[in-house]
Amino acid sequence: MATITVERKPLSLLERTYIPNIVAGLTTTFKRMVKPTETLQYPEQRPAIPTGYRGVPTLVNDPHGREKCVSCQLCEFVCPPKAIRITPGEIANDDPNAHVEKRPKAFEIDMLRCIYCGLCQEVCPEEAIFLQNQYSMTGYTRAEMVNNKDRLYELGGTLPDQHYKWDKKKTAAEAASRGGHH
Amino acid sequence: MIAAPKPDLVTVNIDGVDLSVPKGTNVIEAAKLLHKDVPHYCYHPKLSVAGNCRMCMIEMGTPAFDPATKAPVIDPATGKQKINWIPRPQIGCGTTVSPGLHVKTSSPMVKDAREGVMEFLLINHPLDCPICDQAGECKLQEQATGYGRGYSRFIEEKNVKPKRTQLGPRVTLDDERCILCSRCVRFSKEIARDDVLGFVDRGSYSTLTCHPGKKLENNYSLNTVDICPVGALTSTDFRFKMRVWFLKQTHTLDIESSVGVNAVVWSREGTIYRLTPRRNDEVNDTWMADSGRILYKQVAATDRLTAVRLNGADTSLDIALNAAAALLKDGSVSIVGSGRASVEEQFLLKQLATPIGAQGHLVARTATGDKLLISADRNPNIRGALVTGLISQLPSAELKQLSREIDEGKIKTVVSHGEDLLAAGLTAAQLAKVAVIYIGTHANATSAAAQIVLPALHTYEKAGTFVNQQFRIQKFYAAVPGPQGATNDLVVLAKLVASTGASAPASEVHALWPSIAATVPALSSMLYKNIPDTGLLLDATAWAGLPFVEGESLHFKPAAVAAAEGARS
Repeated sequence: MATITVERKPLSLLERTYIPNIVAGLTTTFKRMVKPTETLQYPEQRPAIPTGYRGVPTLVNDPHGREKCVSCQLCEFVCPPKAIRITPGEIANDDPNAHVEKRPKAFEIDMLRCIYCGLCQEVCPEEAIFLQNQYSMTGYTRAEMVNNKDRLYELGGTLPDQHYKWDKKKTAAEAASRGGHH
Repeated sequence: MIAAPKPDLVTVNIDGVDLSVPKGTNVIEAAKLLHKDVPHYCYHPKLSVAGNCRMCMIEMGTPAFDPATKAPVIDPATGKQKINWIPRPQIGCGTTVSPGLHVKTSSPMVKDAREGVMEFLLINHPLDCPICDQAGECKLQEQATGYGRGYSRFIEEKNVKPKRTQLGPRVTLDDERCILCSRCVRFSKEIARDDVLGFVDRGSYSTLTCHPGKKLENNYSLNTVDICPVGALTSTDFRFKMRVWFLKQTHTLDIESSVGVNAVVWSREGTIYRLTPRRNDEVNDTWMADSGRILYKQVAATDRLTAVRLNGADTSLDIALNAAAALLKDGSVSIVGSGRASVEEQFLLKQLATPIGAQGHLVARTATGDKLLISADRNPNIRGALVTGLISQLPSAELKQLSREIDEGKIKTVVSHGEDLLAAGLTAAQLAKVAVIYIGTHANATSAAAQIVLPALHTYEKAGTFVNQQFRIQKFYAAVPGPQGATNDLVVLAKLVASTGASAPASEVHALWPSIAATVPALSSMLYKNIPDTGLLLDATAWAGLPFVEGESLHFKPAAVAAAEGARS
């Protein structure tokens, strides 16, 4: 391959003194010294999380305190790294939520496997699983990095429900038993 | 034998393709031959035609004839006989083929009709899919993707009907999900002959119920769950256990009797969740008894043998096998095989018996048959032992000959392949006189008394073949791995055979079959991989004279019954 030799432009006298470059650099330094700081003192200070952020997946309750997950296992099915593991269970007949019939007996998300893709949230037909603002998951053992059902509800809290699908169903059944619409 | 008459064939035209089908076939089955799906809910190939779901709408027409001259009317445009299309759609299940019948299974009118039917069916159907056990194998879900509108125009209140009704000990009913197809009603009446189900009330009040004071508790009740196209009837045992799309399906056989019902094991990650029937028109159609379905629970039973034991202490397999080999070398051995073992295992037991001059025994299990899919002979594979030559006579329930020989001191060692010798008529005192080598899956009195215990695999954990009451050899495959500590029976038996000085046989079914084919005359032309999933009939003339304890079952008539019927006709 042919080599093209490029002639380097010779430095001028001023450039050879380095003074303009030193002045420019120090200007930036002094400007930053008086400007307000950008650094957050993590973990005491936390950044604001933008809406739509995909943090740690959590399970949520509806405003009436009913756990929304019915253990349909669609998230377990769709999860690409197979981080979710659900043991379905039946709701006892004397439970106030007996009309929902099904709830998870155990629900585990392995945060060492989770890739925060959000497919579980997208696929959930009951709007029970959400990737919320929590982004920091740490632990000393592998077991600590598996979120169990209690931990998932603790992280998730309560989110507003637009539908109250199961409550409507219960109301309709109660109306029917009183002799309303069959 | 008189050859069966050839079925009358009728030529029909489905979506422009001419097809010859047997007379009496309906349009759904004819279209199936062309791999064209006519969606349906109430129609079931093994039940009577009800025609009440209206989903299988097709467009049909018949060739035109001049009313006066009876001459075919020729369409001048095509030069072919004109087809008089019926202006309204017809149901496919209730339409039997006629010569020259023309059918359209996917015309715009047909699609319109199906979409209309789907909309009506979905009006009152609850949005239960997330909690419904049928999700994933639900016909309504499937057809909704093809013919549903994706949203509901129904703004009125949905019907409320009883949910969680216990129809019987094994079946739970959710009436809201029911689409009133009546498959379960027809099954109970026509197949199970226990007419307990029916619809009460009219219109949208229509509800499936049991006859007052009765329950759906016959031994075939779970078939109603299988044929329910929606999630209305669900199995109480399988309810809310696992979604079906996670389950791996493995072909297997029912192990409760000699009928050899074809079945499927549904398992996930080594755990079996349920057993369902598999269609075999020569054996069980699409049915299976409830009692056979719960047998998967044996696999995870707490009394499974998982430790190799020698004289009451845990040991390794090799040490136990060496000890067993020493016992076998001493001679005076008797072998008790099992009618629950596969043909391959019985073959290896025979290979073990021959060089050491041991006699093979089997234990018979009999009870009353139900004339459907449970026969009187409760061993699934007595005939395998006859075919492989392990036994030459039918076994009895008690090992009288072995008992006598032990008393006479002729026998020093008994090899039991999964049979409880104490339950088979031997006494504890007799067992104490001999050394017992027990190869089995579950703990029992014999395994407790045995000198050597070799834990083995359950039918669902290994592959093999059974020979059923028709002398039909059928395959089953390993669905789940065995528990830790258990060894495949074939491996144990092959090592025992090798220890007698014979050349070591293969310990895997595919590799073993060439030697089975070479040794056993009745199986000479077969290989494991060549046996179709619906089984192969063996030539049973060699055993025709044996007095099998068999009554009639769904697709089997004992020789005596068949002969009597032949004499009458």
